Amino acid sequence: MILTLAVPTSAARPTFRFDLSRPLLLAFSAALCLLILLPLSWLVYYSIHDRAGGFTAANFVELATDPAFLDPLATTLILASSSAAICCAVAAPIGWLVARSDMPLRRTVRALVTASFVTPPFLGAIAWELLAAPNSGLLNKLFRALTGAEPDEYLFNIYTLPGLIFVISCYTFPYVFVLIANALDRMPGDLEDASAILGGSAWTTARRITVPLAMPALLAGALIAFLQAMTLFGSPAILALPAGFHTMTTKIWSLFQYPPKLELAAAASLPLLGLTVALLRAEAMILGRRGYSVVGGRGGEPRRIALGRWKWAALAAVLLALANPVFLPYGALLNAAFSRIPSEFVSFENLTLRNFAFVFFELSSTGVAARNTLILCTSAATIGTVLAVAIAYITSRKVIAWHRVLGFLATAPAAVPGIVLGVGLFLAYTRPPFVLYGTLWILLIAFVTIALPAAYQQLQSAFRVVNPDLEEASRILGATRLGTLGRITAPLLRTSVIATWCFIFIGVIRELSAAVMLFTSDTKVISVLIFDLNESGDLGAIAVLGIIMLVFTFAVIALINRIPGFGASRLRNN
Amino acid sequence: MPDGNISRRTLLKASGVAAISAFTSPIRAAAPEPAAVTPALIQAARKEGKVAYYTPIDLPVAELIAKAFEAKYPGITVRVERTGAERVFQRISQEYASGIHAVDVVTSSDAAHFIVWKRDGLLAPFVPEDVARHYAAEHKDPDGMFAAFRASLSVIGYNTRLVKSEDAPKSFADLLAPKWTGKIVKGHPAFSGTIMTATYEIARDIGWDYFEKLAKQRVMQVQSAADPPKKLGLGERAVMADGNEYVLFQVKESGAPVEPVYPAEGTPLVVSPNGIFKAAPNPNAARLFQCFCFSPECQELIVNRGAMRSVHALVKEKPGRRPLGEIKLMKEDPAAVERLSEEIKAHYTRIFRV
Repeated sequence: MILTLAVPTSAARPTFRFDLSRPLLLAFSAALCLLILLPLSWLVYYSIHDRAGGFTAANFVELATDPAFLDPLATTLILASSSAAICCAVAAPIGWLVARSDMPLRRTVRALVTASFVTPPFLGAIAWELLAAPNSGLLNKLFRALTGAEPDEYLFNIYTLPGLIFVISCYTFPYVFVLIANALDRMPGDLEDASAILGGSAWTTARRITVPLAMPALLAGALIAFLQAMTLFGSPAILALPAGFHTMTTKIWSLFQYPPKLELAAAASLPLLGLTVALLRAEAMILGRRGYSVVGGRGGEPRRIALGRWKWAALAAVLLALANPVFLPYGALLNAAFSRIPSEFVSFENLTLRNFAFVFFELSSTGVAARNTLILCTSAATIGTVLAVAIAYITSRKVIAWHRVLGFLATAPAAVPGIVLGVGLFLAYTRPPFVLYGTLWILLIAFVTIALPAAYQQLQSAFRVVNPDLEEASRILGATRLGTLGRITAPLLRTSVIATWCFIFIGVIRELSAAVMLFTSDTKVISVLIFDLNESGDLGAIAVLGIIMLVFTFAVIALINRIPGFGASRLRNN
Repeated sequence: MPDGNISRRTLLKASGVAAISAFTSPIRAAAPEPAAVTPALIQAARKEGKVAYYTPIDLPVAELIAKAFEAKYPGITVRVERTGAERVFQRISQEYASGIHAVDVVTSSDAAHFIVWKRDGLLAPFVPEDVARHYAAEHKDPDGMFAAFRASLSVIGYNTRLVKSEDAPKSFADLLAPKWTGKIVKGHPAFSGTIMTATYEIARDIGWDYFEKLAKQRVMQVQSAADPPKKLGLGERAVMADGNEYVLFQVKESGAPVEPVYPAEGTPLVVSPNGIFKAAPNPNAARLFQCFCFSPECQELIVNRGAMRSVHALVKEKPGRRPLGEIKLMKEDPAAVERLSEEIKAHYTRIFRV
């Protein structure tokens, strides 16, 4: 009896109380459409029109025939595939050692990979200039001092294509590592046990069980690494010019030089966009297959392989590999920050605080850039998290009819490289009705758009864990949808939400490729300031600003790690 | 969709307008009355409280000028927006195309930019008293839109630890010798106004042939004209093919082993004017800053601390530097650079491939 009474009451409730959620959610959806579709439409429009506004295919013809575009395209493809290969070769063994062996200091190794993940690639490139410029690089100086080689001889030359590939790999391999380590973490141990029980040797088990199970993650990792290397702007912008070549991203950027060739920039952006979409589709297909491989194998905690006396050798090798993205560059930056001549080792007569004094008391852009960066990090993190929560809620609870479209739109920006998005936003928001260029809004839009896919995916998986029963109980008891969200869902998701916020915050600090297209003198951020300083070779000031950036970043990471029940695992998953 | 960014240089070329030198416009318009620094101006400037200074001058020197101004006129802060002159020009065009008027005062080491800005009616006429009294006619615009803030040279340089002075190159032609292959650093005309001006002068006086051969020397290409002297100071390359003389002196005075060479063919002279934008957000602070820039005080500062050259009649060259009069110079020609800059960039990019 009671039950039959309760049902009509709950069903009647929404007709009496206005539910705000629907219009709000529709507004979110509309905003999202505008955010993503507007810049992309302008990009396409520009690419097929000439200056006078007439329809033309000339931009693409020039793109496909002019060596000034074909050479960078070839360079980019070589760069991306080599980086992907290197990343896999390095990340796979490290991932296996961390996830499946008894190598010591596994948590430290994971933390170091996180450190290389959050290091801005342009900063890493500048640090590697300090280390491996053929003549003034610290490593080459050390080499000459140790071997007595001639002044012209060098061990490394960072101003080359292999040099650039190396630097890009340093800051791209974490993407592969994360995928592989996660896959191995989740791989059930009982399959391997079964193989061992059936008499398979360690080698056979590895060949027949572990490798095939990890293969999809490795392939997906290779694709992601390819994608990252292909669309990266920061490292090539620092190293490619002195090395004497262009990549696609630096070429697109150079098209903005006066007189700007926006049509060509738009046309050159589209192949990058198309390749990215194709690669992401491929990745989804590969990872989609992985689901089958572990069915029926749940439960078994993966067995760690005992390395015996090899475990210290393994650790040494891993730390040596991690010296490249972390220890060496950080050391070079610290050295440059305190040294009168950045290319000389700090010594008693060389030690100076001049660079710090310059950055803090003389450089008039420091204040503006720091303020803008802080405002943008905070607001992008907040808005991005709110958006991601809302969309994740809609799609996981299927609140409105078009929730699938919304989910697609939220992940779509992942297919838009930062530099392409920068071009699109520049085209979209430098004209009426939305003149946002010159304000922080355009940067905010860029950063939120870039951060949205990862944030959304993170929160969506968090929502999946929360059983809808709790929310339904609240609704049945008479709460509105928003009330339920605030009092039931939000508290349950708090840790994920905070982690997402921090994740976006860190991402925004290091963003350069879109910012460099969209800033004006009043809306400069720290990453662009460093980029400007690099133009005139002010390495001491760059080192100081870079260290400030890293300190900020690691402070935020330390904060995440203090959230109860939340390790670096969240960061690792992205 | 027309984008409003049609190249003015293209238009000019297409319409075949004759070249007009930056400083000798045939139209004899009246420059405004010379302006002195009055208490009223200072007060009005103080009310605005700030001035945005876009400049290609090497950052430490630019900030030095800013700090000297701030010390003299407390309550007005200078924000230095420093990047290569060609990028300053690009930045201002992008901002103005979107109706953003952020720049107050500008310096450009590519004097051709002032021809464009003046023609587009973007500059405000203003003549500081010092300019009226102490600057020769060839160093100021007859309409009072701009005047030569500083002169600088693009020199050859070498690292004395890596190259003995008797082995150092004496001319541009010397740089083409096989022994310098892989040892040269140079700036880029698409970023630096100094390099743009120098590239024009060298191509005019020696010929593009020189650059085509230089490009085969595996040159390390950097952006700003301020960077080659710094790379020389680091010991990254032994020789620089071009770069700012004043930055080289700064690097030298900081203790690095570098020396300039004034090439036998002639040293490219680069005169950098200063101007105020008509739509400046802080017009009074802009005027006060412009007056300060041309005062003997500031000019002595840029000569003595900045190691640049002044064309102010009362300002003496720093003892120990080779006076301008004793250096064989390549003469500048902003009007020609204005006409040819796109072609120069394209030609250069084709030869050096970046």
